[in-house]
Amino acid sequence: MKNTTSPGKSNTAVLILLILGLSTIAFPLYLTVVIAFKQPSEMTNSISGILSLPKTWSLNNFREAMEVTDFWNSLKNSLLISVLTVGLSIILHSLMGYALGRNKASSKFYNFVYLFIVSGMFVPFAILMMPLAKQTAEMGLANWFGVILLYVVFYMPMNIMLYSGYLVNIPLALEEAARVDGASTWRTYWSIIFPIMRPMHATVAVITALAVWNDVMTPLVIMAGTAQNTLPLAQLNFQSQFGTNYNLAFASYLLSLIPILVFYLVCQKQILNGVVNGAVK
Amino acid sequence: MKHENDRKRTFLLITIPILALFICFNTIPLIRGAMYSFTNSRGFGSFEWVGFRNYADLFTDSRVGKSYLFTVKLALVTTIVVNVLSLILALGLNSKIRAKGFFRGAYFLPNILGSLVVGYIFNYFFTYILPALADMIGIESLRSSILSSPSRAWIGVMIVCAWQAIAMNTIIYISGLQTVPEDVYEAGGLDGATGWKRFRHLTFPLIIPFFSINMVLSVKNFLMVFDQIVALTKGGPSQSTESISYLIYNNGMAGGQFGFQSANAVVFFIVIVVISVAQMKFSSSKEEQL
Repeated sequence: MKNTTSPGKSNTAVLILLILGLSTIAFPLYLTVVIAFKQPSEMTNSISGILSLPKTWSLNNFREAMEVTDFWNSLKNSLLISVLTVGLSIILHSLMGYALGRNKASSKFYNFVYLFIVSGMFVPFAILMMPLAKQTAEMGLANWFGVILLYVVFYMPMNIMLYSGYLVNIPLALEEAARVDGASTWRTYWSIIFPIMRPMHATVAVITALAVWNDVMTPLVIMAGTAQNTLPLAQLNFQSQFGTNYNLAFASYLLSLIPILVFYLVCQKQILNGVVNGAVK
Repeated sequence: MKHENDRKRTFLLITIPILALFICFNTIPLIRGAMYSFTNSRGFGSFEWVGFRNYADLFTDSRVGKSYLFTVKLALVTTIVVNVLSLILALGLNSKIRAKGFFRGAYFLPNILGSLVVGYIFNYFFTYILPALADMIGIESLRSSILSSPSRAWIGVMIVCAWQAIAMNTIIYISGLQTVPEDVYEAGGLDGATGWKRFRHLTFPLIIPFFSINMVLSVKNFLMVFDQIVALTKGGPSQSTESISYLIYNNGMAGGQFGFQSANAVVFFIVIVVISVAQMKFSSSKEEQL
């Protein structure tokens, strides 16, 4: 705490504490990996039996877990829902952020629409879930497509706030110059404003993707009637099939964590930036 | 003039359909939810209007009361634990250390993992590992799983919520600490401000906006806790860890209490709005003072 400025021996103490603290994160992950690779016969009741390394690093548990939880199908659904939600969010929310951000200072109507949508941030899913379950069923949207539509609506308040906040820094003169050249507003948006908002697209993509990928409640409530699962939902729905075979269960947990771990390893910088931007702005 | 019209028309053509989508899947279900709260609907079949009876029943229903007590207790304790630990961690991660990038990346890891699966992993930890460890060291009170004890199961939920939330709050505190200019410390150093004093009087006042962000984020997220409950306790033992969201889901969707739980959801919505608005008012007045 006291060494923000003075380099020297006290920093070694901080370093050691940080390494110790890291064990609280590493331990559950270690636990997951070793149990996922072991055979039930290796799981004795003693702590060393659980925590020791597996005798052989066999992929059998994973193969079985993939079959039991219909892994590839769930992965496909998760990817489909996440990618389409992110794509639609970037297109629709940036457009809406543009329309509202450019007009809310001068127009009561746009200002009202802005506040109306942004206040949607306070609405907990708990109050929407029962009516939405009914409504999506009535509209024939109790499926992955309905889930995507709902996500586009749920993340709209946050994303519109981000986009219209970002627009404040983009001078109107840019659009006016294009207008003088005879370009329509629609074309000006796509050729000038949309590309310029790229840093915000990255932020929106990251926070929307993380939230959607890990969400359980929406697909649980909306897709319950379909035989389809997302990755997290599959863990919930197949929980009973794992029984007391924890090795199988942990192999399945690990499988469901791998895509997001890979994503994090590859885009760590963008993810950290995006998350901070999203929260602080 | 032609351009003015084109601009106006384009903005309207963007706004109307997207606003319609929002109303269709946010405003209308919200209104429908509020309407169902005045009925005795079970979620299917016919129902009758019952006026304010659901609301009157809410305040006498011990299960609902219990879930509010649990959820509020969990949210408050977790918020405090998370913010204290994140602040300490952020100070450490912001100090001059080696491999800073690695540490920041590693400490953020819990936040990207799905909370349901994290909950399942910790469920195993609390059920098998912790009792076995306690047995080995000889701590009598931890020999049985804390998740099976009505008085202690909430601690397990708290730990799992904190494990993931600390990652998020820390990264926000770090970005706050980075806004504190070095010369503030240098000036403070001349005045003899070190250690806790320096933190209390120099650092902390400067990162109050980030503190507010974290408070709002934490309280709201923990009040809405759901995944962790599903994975760890399913509301048990003896309904001691039934969060409000879980109760609404469980009894409203499957338990035939559609109308009654709609009333619960309306009250919950009002609670969230009041807390969020109060927090924002409070923190913005704090910021003005400084």
